[in-house]
Amino acid sequence: MLTLENISWSVPEKNNILRDINLKIPHGKLTVVTGPNGGGKTSLAKAIAGLLPGVTGKITFNGKDISNLNVTERAREGISFAFQQPVRFKGITVRKMLNLAAARELSFEEICDLLGKVGLCTMDYIDREIDSSLSGGEIKRVEIATVLARGTSFNIFDEPEAGIDIWSFNGLVNVFKQLKGTSSLMIISHQERILEIADDIIVIADGMLRISGTRDEVLPSLLEGEILGLCPVGAKAI
Amino acid sequence: MIKLNDITKSLLRAVSGYEDKEFIGAYNIRQDGECAARKSTDNIKITAREDGKSGIEVHIKPGTKGESVYIPACVSRGNVADLTYNDFFIGEDADVTIIAGCGVHNDSESESFHHGIHRFVMERGSKASYIEKHLGTGSGKGDRRIDPITEIELKENSYLFMDTVQLGGVDTTDRKTVATVASGAKLVVHERLMTDGEDKATTDFVVNLTGENSSAEVISRSVARGKSKQKFISRLIGENVCMGHSECDSLIADEAVVFAEPALEAISPDAELIHEAAIGKIAGEQLLKLCTLGLTQEEAERVIIDGFLS
Repeated sequence: MLTLENISWSVPEKNNILRDINLKIPHGKLTVVTGPNGGGKTSLAKAIAGLLPGVTGKITFNGKDISNLNVTERAREGISFAFQQPVRFKGITVRKMLNLAAARELSFEEICDLLGKVGLCTMDYIDREIDSSLSGGEIKRVEIATVLARGTSFNIFDEPEAGIDIWSFNGLVNVFKQLKGTSSLMIISHQERILEIADDIIVIADGMLRISGTRDEVLPSLLEGEILGLCPVGAKAI
Repeated sequence: MIKLNDITKSLLRAVSGYEDKEFIGAYNIRQDGECAARKSTDNIKITAREDGKSGIEVHIKPGTKGESVYIPACVSRGNVADLTYNDFFIGEDADVTIIAGCGVHNDSESESFHHGIHRFVMERGSKASYIEKHLGTGSGKGDRRIDPITEIELKENSYLFMDTVQLGGVDTTDRKTVATVASGAKLVVHERLMTDGEDKATTDFVVNLTGENSSAEVISRSVARGKSKQKFISRLIGENVCMGHSECDSLIADEAVVFAEPALEAISPDAELIHEAAIGKIAGEQLLKLCTLGLTQEEAERVIIDGFLS
């Protein structure tokens, strides 16, 4: 269980990027965070992972207050983060990165399994460097594989569908389905396919939590375009 | 011949893969300016120079395949001035590996240095990998200095891969490489340098692509930390239908200074020459990504640098 209490974040150039967000994400559920661009979705995810300095409020993870833990400490508590725009590393191979993520030497079979889940052929990629020789879609899939390699209990994926071809995306949807139940997933997405497999959906706009509810409560209104300013029947308006 | 001391053995392990037993293949081990051990094989003859200069000649028979020659040189104390001239003659169609490597240990207040002047004559169709690692150790304030000069003559359709690494601890290095590449021949140089503290490093490559369809690739990656200073100079000269690629990529931290001076000189209109240079600090995003995997900032930095120099 991850609990956010009164989470806010501002920077000198812009106030209220996140405004007083209260949220509970139960264990084993897939929560999709959606909403308009620039509304604060990625900032919220980064606040949970400890990637933003100066976030106020309280974050509790599995009963422990992690508000004052840095990104490394939160990672070691079991929070993983797949970046929307993964970073490239000269000289670090896919194998090395997956070993770092798993904090041990993975077997060839284990790497094969991880890369297979994200639609990459192991023989072609295991010794490739994570540098500019990889396309945006390829590096995105490696990024997702690093989170899978960690096997943590709370996994954040920031727009995992971006740059990924439709065939690989189908496979990813299945991976997310398999993951929920054993771990919590928070996926930032606008993709209908992702929204359809969500247990819960929350809508963030203008730095605020605007709508929160189960998929069945929120999705119909989202699909009809009634996202903001309207509280769907059964959904909890904030 | 002199007996290897423990410091030399330790340096040899780091710079030439020494495993406390005799090298497999031909070898010449130099310690504090003297020959400590030497062995030739049927195909690789190592002899002392006959021109009065300190050093060796290595003659590799034409057609020799898959053999190795080790020529490490170590300085194990302060106040040693070691200058050696080593010439390599690689016969036609040979395919060999040459493992050099130099370590300078200095616990004294006086300077110690090793200057290795290597000359390669690669005959037609020959291939060689030249692997060179440099390391400085010891707690003395005396300078640990390594100044290699490498002269390369690549004849028709020959190929030389030069992998040169400065592992660290070398206070001052001035590295010069001059190559002439004939028709169909190819030179590939991968250089990796690490400097810290007050270290100073200069590398200077001049590659003359004289032959038709000759090619060269010079790639340098370096990390400069502390108050160290690095200077990278490369000059590719295209005199014919040829391809040359030079790349200098540096990570810089603390108060270090990196200077890169790439130069391309096309004498022939059919020369294709490219240079890429980048200097920058470790990206914050890279550190953050590795921290999300549970690494500390220091561990992340180490992984990035090791990867960059790998």
